Order: sequence, then structure tokens, then C-alpha cells
Amino acid sequence: MKLIIIKYNAGNIQSVSFALERLGIDFHITDNPEEIMNADKVIFPGVGEASTTMQYLRDRKLDQLIVNLKQPLLGVCLGMQLMCNYSEENNTECLGIFNESVRLFHPTLDMKVPHMGWNNLTLSNSWLDPALENQYAYFVHSYYVPVNSLTSAITEYITPFSAAMHKDNFYAVQFHPEKSANAGELVLKSFLKL
Amino acid sequence: MLTKRIIPCLDIKDGRTVKGVNFVNIRDAGDPVELGALYAQQGADELVFLDISATNEKRKTFAALVKDIARHINIPFTVGGGITSVADVAPLLEAGADKVSVNTSAVENPQLIDELSKAFGAQCIVLAIDGRKIDNTWTVHTHGGKHPTEKKLFTWAKEGQERGAGEILFTSMDHDGTKNGFAIDPLSKLHSLLQIPLIASGGAGNMGHFIDAFVLGKADAALAASIFHFGEIKIPDLKTFLKGQKINIR
Repeated sequence: MKLIIIKYNAGNIQSVSFALERLGIDFHITDNPEEIMNADKVIFPGVGEASTTMQYLRDRKLDQLIVNLKQPLLGVCLGMQLMCNYSEENNTECLGIFNESVRLFHPTLDMKVPHMGWNNLTLSNSWLDPALENQYAYFVHSYYVPVNSLTSAITEYITPFSAAMHKDNFYAVQFHPEKSANAGELVLKSFLKL
Repeated sequence: MLTKRIIPCLDIKDGRTVKGVNFVNIRDAGDPVELGALYAQQGADELVFLDISATNEKRKTFAALVKDIARHINIPFTVGGGITSVADVAPLLEAGADKVSVNTSAVENPQLIDELSKAFGAQCIVLAIDGRKIDNTWTVHTHGGKHPTEKKLFTWAKEGQERGAGEILFTSMDHDGTKNGFAIDPLSKLHSLLQIPLIASGGAGNMGHFIDAFVLGKADAALAASIFHFGEIKIPDLKTFLKGQKINIR
């Protein structure tokens, strides 16, 4: 299997790489369109701000490349948010793979923003391993995708939101599997098994 | 539900953990990677590595260490110590750190918080504040707590949030090392004042102190060092105890 991590200005590429190394998985990090198109599977990481990241992808025409991929692709954190239509983070038009909008969490007295820490998953018609039901994953984010028909795991913080999504060959998680201990490893394995 | 976080803190000097560590089941307690991995395996929710090396030259080895930590540890970690610029932070995050903490440098140059937050996002900027009560006022201290400043804890924490910090790590110097419990009053006041998560630090001596930090202090996370390093409280025991007390714990 040829696994590619898309190389761009995402903050967590190193961490995702190390997580795959720990699993003993071979992979390659590249922004070469041909290599990405010929991969068996693709990981689209993401830590950063939506508008600058989208601009970076557009400048390198990676946006069109990503939406046209046919092989399984896993978006992580900001990667998942960028796969939606639009993000409230600096009014950003995104890739439009998922027909959803990304919203800002509004803090309450007891629920601070960012949503930071370990929270549990409730699976919903999921591509994720059933053993992940009610397991904890590590989240760090201020924006979220509301629960919708593409949601494959739900987490609750201030409001229920999409912890994982799936449409056709596109898979995504809001949390950080690369930092979610054993549960995170199971998430990566779930994707690699597809 | 979001769980409360338990965070062991490791002081690093010239690439080695500093405080004496009393673990029988570890080959080299001075190795931050091995100790961090042990804590992760025991159920720590995050780790903090503070570089207390005296010189910039020695600090250069820290980025290499951070990469080694990221390679071996599968939970999030924060690194701090000697960060004064955006240029200092980029290599640490690129090496795999999830967050960086700033303390003295942010007091001396508050604009640093804005710059770091803009460059890397609020979620990875932890503002660490060392405070001590002087004449009934919680006063911010710098340089590892050695220098009192003009800044007051509550206004500085709020300013830090407004400048773009994603989290506040508050250490009460009055409580640190006493093992008499966390500083509950300033914690609960910070909680009601802030919209970003709050980490309690300083004073942990027994498992009940963590309940106080979470229930009375309303902290989102609690950090401790020596009680974990010396094995006085074992993380699995602490988490079992907290779960039994109906605290949300992973």
C-alpha cells in the first residue's frame, strides 16, 4: 500500500508521521500532484488557521487536486474543517467536499474555548472500529462541524458536534488520532484497513 | 464529556530530567523520553517539559530532544523555557510539540503573546503565570518566581487571554512545594474571569487536593511534578480515585 501525507503548511505533519512510524506503516510526505494521485491512500493533516491554509492550498492548486481524489483520504482536525463548504474562521470558502459549514464555539462559564482535552466518541454508522465506542480522543479546536447526515462519530461539548465524518472516499476526524494514545492508533488503523 | 486533565511536569536541564525521580521500573529516570513515555502509558493526559538550561547554547539541544519525545510519546505535550520569539517556537512545533508555554518573556514583552498566537494559533500558546500574594494582592513574578513585578494576576491573565493565549497555567508560589493543596481561591476567580482553559499548579500533596482543584477551583487541568516523580501518587491510582469521586476522568 502506498500511503501519502500531503505536504503543506500544516502544523501536525511531524506528529502524524511519528504516529504512523509507531504503527510500523510506510508512508511518504509530498506535495507532488502525480505522487498524490497515484497513492492508495492519502492523509490530509491540519493544524493552523483556515483562511491562510486555504490560500496556501489554492496557490499550489492542491485544492482542486484534493477534491478530485478517488482513493480514501483522511482529513485530520483543520483538514476535516477545510473539507467542508465554508468556515466561520475568517469567513473562509473551503474545499466543499462535505456540504456543511464550520461554526465557532461560544464559551459558557464552565465550558471554555478552545475545546481542549480528552472527550468521548459516540459512533454513528461508522467506518471507525466499533471498539472505539465511548473511547476518549484528544481534541484541540475552537470551531466545529455540527452533527449532520455525514457524521460518523459524535462528541458533545457545549453542543453535540461531528467528531468524525465520511462521504464516498472522503473520511475525516476532528480530533487528533496522532496524539490520542491507543484510541488514536485504532482510528488510524481503521482508516488504513479501508 | 470533556474530562479533567492530569499533567505531570518534567524539568529538563541540558537534556536530562532534573528532579530526583524515584521509579524502580525505569531504566534511566534522567531520560525525559523514557519518563514521559512511562507517564503516558500510565494514563497521563498531557505532559509538560520545561527547559531550565542556563544558556541559549544548551537550549539548542532541546529541539532535538523535543523531536525524540514526539517520536516516542502518543499524547500531547507542551514545551517551555527560554522562548522569546516566533523564531524560537517554530522549530519546537515542527519537531512535534503541541503547545509552547511562555512566562517571563511574555511579562517583559506582552506583544509576544499576540505574535505567537497569530503565527501558530491560540490553541498552542500557554501563558504560564507564577503568582504570590503580597499585601493581599496576587502579584505576578518572573524568572522562576524570583522577581516580583508590577503586574497583578487577574488583570494579567485576562490580558493574556485577550492577546491570544489559548490556556492559562497558574502556579501559586505560596502553595508550590508545600503539599498543602492547590490555591483554590485564585483558581476559582480565574475560572470565572476567563473564557479559556485553566491549569492549576503548585501544592498538590494528596489525591484529595486534585478534587479540590477541579470542584472548588474549577480548573480544567491539574499539573504536578514531585508527587508523581517520587511515586507518592501514582497516576493510575489517582485516576481511579477521581473517577470514584464522580470527576470526569479519562
